[in-house]
Amino acid sequence: MTSTLKISALTKAFAGVTVLDRVSLDIAPGQRIALLGHNGAGKSTMMKIILGLIPFDSGTVEVCGNRSGSAPARTQVAYLPENAAFHPALTGQEQIAHYLSLRGESPKLAMNLLERVGLHEAARRRIGTYSKGMRQRVGLAQALIGKPRLLVLDEPTSGLDPVSRRDFYALLDGLATEGASILLSSHALTEVEARTDRILILSGGRMVAFGALGDLRRTADLPVAVHVTPRNGYATEIAAALPGAIRVNGDLRLNCPQDEKLPILAQIASFGDKVADIEVVPPSLEAIYSHFSQRDGQ
Amino acid sequence: MNRILATARSEFRISLRNRWVAIAVILMGLFSLVLSAVGSAPTGELGGDRLSVTVASLTSLTVYLVPLLALLMSFDAVAGEVERGTLPLLLTYPVARVEILLGKFLAHLAVLTIAVAVGFVLAAAAAFRTDTTSVEGLPALWRLGWSSILLGATFLGAGYALSSLARRPSGAAGLAMGLWLGAVVLYDLGLLSAVVADGDGWFTTTAFPFALLANPADAFRLYNLAASQATSAAAGVSGAANAIPIWQSAASVLLWPIVALAFATAAFRKVTP
Repeated sequence: MTSTLKISALTKAFAGVTVLDRVSLDIAPGQRIALLGHNGAGKSTMMKIILGLIPFDSGTVEVCGNRSGSAPARTQVAYLPENAAFHPALTGQEQIAHYLSLRGESPKLAMNLLERVGLHEAARRRIGTYSKGMRQRVGLAQALIGKPRLLVLDEPTSGLDPVSRRDFYALLDGLATEGASILLSSHALTEVEARTDRILILSGGRMVAFGALGDLRRTADLPVAVHVTPRNGYATEIAAALPGAIRVNGDLRLNCPQDEKLPILAQIASFGDKVADIEVVPPSLEAIYSHFSQRDGQ
Repeated sequence: MNRILATARSEFRISLRNRWVAIAVILMGLFSLVLSAVGSAPTGELGGDRLSVTVASLTSLTVYLVPLLALLMSFDAVAGEVERGTLPLLLTYPVARVEILLGKFLAHLAVLTIAVAVGFVLAAAAAFRTDTTSVEGLPALWRLGWSSILLGATFLGAGYALSSLARRPSGAAGLAMGLWLGAVVLYDLGLLSAVVADGDGWFTTTAFPFALLANPADAFRLYNLAASQATSAAAGVSGAANAIPIWQSAASVLLWPIVALAFATAAFRKVTP
């Protein structure tokens, strides 16, 4: 199957400062990619280039086989800007009807779309009276128009409450199942962890990591934390067998590299009844994220 | 075409809600009525019918008011979208920039047309009430009507171009007012002083007619005064109106909207969101 988005060696500089440095990426239909990075890492620039809003210096960017920003590419892409803004004098329904017409769809579908994002009750009110979360939903509604093959979402959940976020991701899951590819940027790492297939980390304009979370975890090779709860009276004996373990409130805690995890677990298991409980804590996404994004000394 | 019409529909709705339609209609209506009332004084001596005299006064009004209204409506067109942050999203849609501009243009031109129509119909009605021979002035009024709309179209295009160049509403408003002052007020003063200084030299005989034709506001005035029976009722450039063939001023009136829109499209294409 052809890829929805194909970027190779994309480079972009603003006034001599390299914002994107030879970034390559391939997104297959139905894939959900999270784009992570510090402020100024190049996320928004990359998104705008994919959308064809700003030119780039070298490399290629193709959306469904078309040059990014070309008319056929734009019919396949939907965008949700970071702070979705609309004309305050129009109602939600009128605004969506307008966007429907621009995509060659019937404006009568507006109500239907607003219902999908839970905004049908406010549809006939002017957008000027909407809250930030409601505007974000109008933005989401317009991104759903006409079954786009690629959705580019810039911090889509930033203005949403927890329940709306869950609904939002459920909607995305539905779209991905139907074959739409999704590229979303976010600062909410725990959200992204559960809801995307691959994670791309940009740092200083370079792609420092790309892969499924498990792969990134292995590549980062961050230590695993092991918490052991000994039965009463055996703490000293077990601690002696585990060099580097520290006692915290009667528990023993130690960090070990990934490849020593299994031998240590076997060793602990050999204590049999002397151990009440074992807990293995893998490195968090935050830790993995900082590991990759700090490699450039940021 | 659908995308242009959809944009026009949205923009017209916004103009209604922003009260632009009301403001334009009230301004044109009010000024036309005032002019009809004031214009009644000299009728007897000039010998023309009431409406022809009113048309001469309306020409002087329109040449100031229509460009002003057009610029006020258009200066925000691109810069406003940039400021509100609505432009990036709009440009990711499969719609060409020229289609966006044409959509806005149609809507704003519709507002201007309504305002001009209301104003002129009121003026005509006032003329007919006191003088039944006003029928003679109807062709002049009709000519004034469509050329006013073309004059508005020119300044709408100019407003979009300035809006694209400035990229910020405050800057665009300043440029628009500068253009209005320059094209409609100062240009004539400049020409006048040049003619006075030059006497019967090269400027007055050769360059001056072209200078008049090069300005859409002057071309509009020339065309209407030359075509109208009431030339003698108007002051200012009326002398020049007889020296320049009418097809030349008509061509200028017709060509300027196209030139202005081409400028606007070129400027809008350069805007990076």
